[in-house]
Formats: sequence, C-alpha cells, structure tokens
Amino acid sequence: MSTAHVLLGLLAAGPRHGYDLKRAHDDRLPRAKPLAYGQVYATLGRLERDGLVTEAGQDREGGPDRTSYEITEEGRRHLDAWLSAVDPPAPYVTSELFSKVVVALLAADAGRARDYLVAQRAAHMSRMRELTTAKTEPGAGVGDVVAADYAIGHLEADLRWLQTTLARVADLQKEVTS
Amino acid sequence: MSALLSGTGLVRNYGATPALRGIDLEVAAGEIVAVTGPSGCGKSTLLHCLAGILRVDGGTVTYRDQDIGLWSEAARSRLRRTEFGVLFQFGQLVPELTAVENVALPLLLAGTGRREARQTALDWLGRLGVAESAEQRPGTMSGGQQQRCATARALVTEPRVLFADEPTGALDVLTGEQVLGQIVRVAREQGTAVVLVTHESSVAAYADREVALRDGVVDPTGLGLAR
Ligand SMILES: Nc1ncnc2c1ncn2[C@@H]1O[C@H](COP(=O)(O)OP(=O)(O)OP(=O)(O)O)[C@@H](O)[C@H]1O
Ligand SMILES: [Mg+2]
Repeated sequence: MSTAHVLLGLLAAGPRHGYDLKRAHDDRLPRAKPLAYGQVYATLGRLERDGLVTEAGQDREGGPDRTSYEITEEGRRHLDAWLSAVDPPAPYVTSELFSKVVVALLAADAGRARDYLVAQRAAHMSRMRELTTAKTEPGAGVGDVVAADYAIGHLEADLRWLQTTLARVADLQKEVTS
Repeated sequence: MSALLSGTGLVRNYGATPALRGIDLEVAAGEIVAVTGPSGCGKSTLLHCLAGILRVDGGTVTYRDQDIGLWSEAARSRLRRTEFGVLFQFGQLVPELTAVENVALPLLLAGTGRREARQTALDWLGRLGVAESAEQRPGTMSGGQQQRCATARALVTEPRVLFADEPTGALDVLTGEQVLGQIVRVAREQGTAVVLVTHESSVAAYADREVALRDGVVDPTGLGLAR
C-alpha cells in the first residue's frame, strides 16, 4: 500500500495542509498505522519533486505545516492509472507462520510445531475477538466496520490454515524428515 | 461473574455411543460462550442437555442454583418457554403461521395480549431486517428470511438464556452478521446468557470465550482437534 497514492487521493478533492492530510488519512483508514508528520512531509516532498503535487500557498508566516499542497494534472493521471491497476495475486507463498512450522519440524519435532500452532491460534483468536467487538460496538462507523472486516477475513484465513495444519503436522513431519 | 447456568460432569450416551463424557461448562448472565469443535464432538448434544431438552445420563445441569434434572418434564418445558430461547440452524417455524404470528406465538403463550404481542413481534422482525416478510408464511420465504424470523422468535420473550446451534450456518456473511449482531445486543443490553454452538472461528469471535470439545470432553488446548 502506498501512502503517496492515499495522499494524492485526498488532494484530489482540493488543496490541503500536511497536518490536514495526516488527520484525514488516519480518519479514512482506521486501523491503518497512523501517519507520522515526518512521513507526510517526506512523501509530499517526493510528490512535489515528481511534479504530482505543487505548493498552493502559505498561511501566515509559514513553517512546513502552514504550506498547502494541490494535485497537478500529472498527479491526477498518475492516480487514475493506480486506481485502474489490478494487483496480481501474490506469486509465492511467503509466510512466517508456514516457515516456522517447517523449521520447527526440521530443528525439533512435531510437538514443537504443535505448540507453536496452538499458541499462534490463541493469539489470532484473541485479536479476532477484539476486532469483532470493535465492529459490533454501537457507535462503530462504516469505515471502522470495513477496516475490521478486512483484518478479520485475513485472520480467518490464517486460522483455517492453522487448524488444518495442526491436523496434518504428523504427516508433514514424516515428509520433512524422510 | 457467578454462573447463571452450569453443567457439571455431564454425561450423555446414545445407546452404546458416548456423546458427552463428563463436561463442565458455566455461563454467566450477559456472557456469550462459544462451543466449538469438529463434527460429531458433542456440541449439539451438550446444547440440548443444557437447555433441558435432552436428559443427561450423568452430572447435573444447574439453572439459578436449581438442579433442573430433578424437575418434571412439564416444569422444564415451562422453563424453556419462559426463560430460555432456542435457535437452530434451520428456523423450525410453524408452517401454517405467518412470520409475525410465529414471532408473536411465544408472547401469546406467556399471556401477552394480542395487540401488544403483534406489535412487539413486528419490532423484532424490523430489527432483523425482515419486516417486509411479516405477513408471509415460512414456505414462501427464503432460508435467510426464515432464519431471521426464527431469531426474532427466539429473542422476543427476552430470554435469560439463549441456546443457538449454528444459527448462521446457512446464511451469507451479511445476513449472519445481522443475526449475530442482535444476539450480541441482547447479551449486552438485557444480560442474556448465550450458548453459541459453531464450528466457524469468525462466529466464535462474537463470544466472550470459547469452549472447545473433542470426542465428548473439553479440550484444554482450546482447539477441539483430534490428535
Ligand atoms: N439421535 C442420536 N442417536 C444416536 N447417536 C447420536 C444421536 N445424535 C447424536 N449422536 C451421536 O453423538 C455424537 C455427538 O453428536 P452431536 O450431534 O452432539 O455432534 P455435533 O458436535 O453437534 O456435530 P455437528 O458439528 O456435525 O453438528 C456423534 O457421535 C453422533 O453420531
Ligand atoms: Mg450439531
């Protein structure tokens, strides 16, 4: 995910200060890692260098947080291209969870792999419960629900894998150590 | 939290088949407990025993400090009508009655007046997003509409304990959310204790805690997986 594209998207509606952009980013993408101001200004600096945004004015005596930025025509074309691009499904299975199970079998035994899977499942379940509680909270906004759903869906996929792998650990060990 | 309902050392056999082999489980008012585990591990049997629908072969089911195993069938049936709500995977509505009549039925049986029962039933159908099906009979409703109607019927009496067996098993995600959302709401707002049987982790995540079964016993790893 690219912070630059989110900032361009926010600027598409009109010029904003860096401070504003940080707030809008954090509001619109609940549960994303909050943006640091330094990151906002660094990203705006790169976007400006590439001609995708430009300074739109200074409030009072200035300072970086008083500069407002606007999106350029080039910036709009760039944003449009990004919105139209479909993400290719990941070509490789890279997962710390998967690697850890295989390494546990190589370096120790099935019991070690099982202990890890059980503990990991408990951690995933507890996170999923927390997200489910947040989304059923009476005041939850649609943005909160959609963000929680995204995380829940991914945890659920992991949980399914943890569960089926637990059932297959003994067979996997035979294969790995044969 | 002290238990509103508890099972201690529950044993239940079907002929020579042991389905429950000594299960302890407690539910407090306002608490949602998920009962999970693989097919055939005894989830439905446990739910039926706790709800007093099935008799146990060993152990005790205690509700508000009383051993309901000692009660007559009539007394247990009254308890189920007045203080318990039961919801299964497939609604089990009365086919001859309309949706609103189905939902109003438990209120009428409890002595509520017709007009009030009907109004309360309509409110509940609305909360579950099926108000427009109020005058339809189950046979003309979709599975999801029937299930939401059955949820309304289970909750309309504001039961102290709700027993739900895979209540969203046949529903799409968003319809399932509506049903689970209302279950969470009655637990939080009315202090209903909920026993929620499910094999889906995303449904179990609605619960405050999870009790996993494996071959008729509680699995301490919380996994309910055969080893
Ligand atoms: N009426 C019955 N007669 C005989 N055996 C039964 C009966 N009902 C259940 N059993 C057996 O008791 C055991 C527990 O069944 P139960 O229905 O409680 O499982 P469950 O966990 O609810 O499974 P599922 O997830 O498939 O609904 C199983 O071995 C099942 O075959
Ligand atoms: Mg069952």
